[in-house]
Amino acid sequence: MRYAKRGRLRFTSHRDFARAFERALRRAAVPVAFSAGFSPHPKVSYVGAAPTGVASEAEYLELGLRERVDVDRLREALDASLPDGLDILELVEVVPGSGSLADRIDATSWRVELPGVTPAAAAAAVATFLAADHVEVERLTKDGRRLLDARGPVVSASASPADPDGACAILDLVVRQVTPTVRPDDVLAALRAVADLVPAGPPRATRLAQGRLDDRGRFADPLAPDRAGVIPADEAAGGPRPEQQAAPSVGTTSTG
Amino acid sequence: MTVESVFPQLEPLLPRVQKPIQYVGGELNSTVKDWDAATVRWALMYPDAYEVGLPNQGVMILYELLNERPDALAERTYAVWPDLEALMREHGIPQFTVDGHRPVGAFDVLGLSFATELGYTNMLTALDLAGIPLAAADRDESHPIVLAGGHAAFNPEPIAEFLDAAVLGDGEQAVGEITDVIAAWKAEGSPGGRDEVLLRLAKAGGVYVPRFYDVDYLPDGRIRRVVPNRPDVPHRVYKRTVMDLDEWPYPKQPLVPLAESVHERMSVEIFRGCTRGCRFCQAGMITRPVRERSITGIGEMVQAGLDATGFQEVGLLSLSSADHSEIAAVTKGLADRYEGTNTSLSLPSTRVDAFNVDLANELSRNGRRSGLTFAPEGGSERLRRVINKMVSREDLIRTVTTAYANGWRQVKLYFMCGLPTETDEDVLEIASMAHEVIRAGRAAAGTKDVRCTVSIGAFVPKPHTPFQWAGQTAPEVVDRRLKLLREAINADRSLGRAIGFRYHDGQPSIVEGLLSRGDRRVSAVIRRVWEDGGRFDGWSEHFSYERWMSAAAGVGVDVDWYTQRERGENEVLPWDHLDSGLDKEWLWTDWQDALSEQELDDCRWEPCYDCGVCPGMGTEIQIGPTGKTLLPLPTVRAALTPSG
Repeated sequence: MRYAKRGRLRFTSHRDFARAFERALRRAAVPVAFSAGFSPHPKVSYVGAAPTGVASEAEYLELGLRERVDVDRLREALDASLPDGLDILELVEVVPGSGSLADRIDATSWRVELPGVTPAAAAAAVATFLAADHVEVERLTKDGRRLLDARGPVVSASASPADPDGACAILDLVVRQVTPTVRPDDVLAALRAVADLVPAGPPRATRLAQGRLDDRGRFADPLAPDRAGVIPADEAAGGPRPEQQAAPSVGTTSTG
Repeated sequence: MTVESVFPQLEPLLPRVQKPIQYVGGELNSTVKDWDAATVRWALMYPDAYEVGLPNQGVMILYELLNERPDALAERTYAVWPDLEALMREHGIPQFTVDGHRPVGAFDVLGLSFATELGYTNMLTALDLAGIPLAAADRDESHPIVLAGGHAAFNPEPIAEFLDAAVLGDGEQAVGEITDVIAAWKAEGSPGGRDEVLLRLAKAGGVYVPRFYDVDYLPDGRIRRVVPNRPDVPHRVYKRTVMDLDEWPYPKQPLVPLAESVHERMSVEIFRGCTRGCRFCQAGMITRPVRERSITGIGEMVQAGLDATGFQEVGLLSLSSADHSEIAAVTKGLADRYEGTNTSLSLPSTRVDAFNVDLANELSRNGRRSGLTFAPEGGSERLRRVINKMVSREDLIRTVTTAYANGWRQVKLYFMCGLPTETDEDVLEIASMAHEVIRAGRAAAGTKDVRCTVSIGAFVPKPHTPFQWAGQTAPEVVDRRLKLLREAINADRSLGRAIGFRYHDGQPSIVEGLLSRGDRRVSAVIRRVWEDGGRFDGWSEHFSYERWMSAAAGVGVDVDWYTQRERGENEVLPWDHLDSGLDKEWLWTDWQDALSEQELDDCRWEPCYDCGVCPGMGTEIQIGPTGKTLLPLPTVRAALTPSG
């Protein structure tokens, strides 16, 4: 299924979401399958969750059930059992043999609002960044500082005005998911390093899509192989669905 | 006038603080009502971190009750951590509620629930951030009425300077009556201002307004008397008692946080009050009489609560849960109902003598087998007679042996140190008891792989208990006894290895003691500590004993006089005008009985022991058995299965 983390609930961490989702399964009386053992857990597997504080329109998980259910009713029941802002968007039944969800995702599209940055300044910084082969940035992890290359995994980056006044720039990024994962924060640190680009306030990032990139740099819908009800000969040929295209209004839900 | 949310100002700061999710609200079952549609608006605060405050049952109950009223609204606020506090000060953001992110200063009432005195400095932070003057005397009509409840409100004198009012006892009916008084006063155009509304609350009964009482002192520092300074204000303020818990099945819609909290479970209060008569236990003294929720009432609350929350664990709460007259039928009935759903049950407070393995097996039938905790409290039989915690060593060994024989591998034992009349020998008996537990456990389990944790807290004498006259043990004495105990536990290496030892040192307990039995002169210490940066005093990483001691010295308060001094029978205690229903003469007799090691039976099963509560408060014990059982639930809907 694809779900969203919106508005103020973007501050939900992955662990927070997992707990809320398990409770939603119970509230909605979903016949979920449990792992065996001393402390049984519902069979839920997550794929590459967005960081805490980052909104997302394209989070994915797989859920194991004990019996077949009506997927539309399941989506509605689960969505109603979660707080507003954690929303179940799409849900499909897995076609046996269609392969794992994780194998259908290798890249993310991010949209980042940069308050107080003019589109021209953003575009110039992006050009400098793209011209480099490597941009090393430092990230604080719980094991201390580590260096990573924020440039290598970036497939594309572009800047555009967020509004007619041009007081805020929007940065669109497509990033390949490698280890260690490069997050929007890392790219922003890189823009600061190469072009001294510093937004006036905290940038707001939203994940717009995940999937495999096709030859033309477009995202294949990870749910397509199951939605079609048949196993496509070539998974990568699934093609993007309309809702996978970035819509400008998405992810800027007002809060408060 | 509509009050704006501060969230747009707060939001940009959240990426810069730890666990921002605790400040955003949006919990399942939370409510944001229309500001303008409500007449009386309450901000409810649990003055500790969100993760501790959110699961608090008292706040949840009052939040839901108030929001059910069409003319009222209630929102919640918690203590913000120092990282956010600094940013809020820098950016001029006031203390806010997590529901509507409305400024706390805009509400009519700020209701604070004090489970412990260590939240007092957090109250001052919240008042200051809210733009509310710290001293009640400095407030005007534009400021909320600052109202305290919870167990610590049975002696609110140390925070009297900061409070407009306090409510003793059960809040369910009190919040409704207070809302009525404020609504009527506002409807009349708020005549007489702040003074008038407080006077109306004081006259209505059950609301203590400190400013209407003067305290005089004797030359030696003891209190001479406490008297009303207004006509029509009652000389004594009585606690509130809710009868028939089945009429109050709250919370019906428990809040479910997104952030991790200290209790991840659906809690049902199965009875209120306790008459075991443990002499150290303030909760057991001030919540009398015992009032049980019926087995069917419990069943309905569990069902509604699980449906509303999706929690996987049910906590059956009370001060001594295994004492419910139908606890066996309750646990078996619930275990049957939720068979196969991975729903576990827990009884947070279980007495050794009320435990049996059938009960324990029901508790673990549908879920994990968690550890067992027992609280003998005192190490020696003699000391247990002093504190009236009548569990014998034989009971304890028999119970833990049964548990180990039935598959449990971990038992936790809770004791106190620093109890009245305690000697080194009393404390050292804890070591031999723990050794015997491990020896018996290994024999019963047939394996060396059994463990026991000894957990020790320092005793703090509390108001409205027989120990309210006792001198608190010096922290050095507590620390020395704990050191001796540790050595004694580890004297046998083989047994000692299987015993974990956890304790808190004596210093924080002295501060808790000062705040528990203090009078109005202690307010100055709290204010000084807060000005010196004191926050989150219940957290060891934030607590500073030195800060408290230097603040006390700075304002001329003798901490030893408040904590270690034994009081005489005729001394006026700071809380004597606050009536918990307990007869002071009975308490004194019980204190004398404690000193002569005389135990007392439980009036739940034995005849009345004349503590005074029932006749004084017009209440009575309400217990079963009802003889009813929990019927199986109707088969769960098959709404999700495909049609056709």
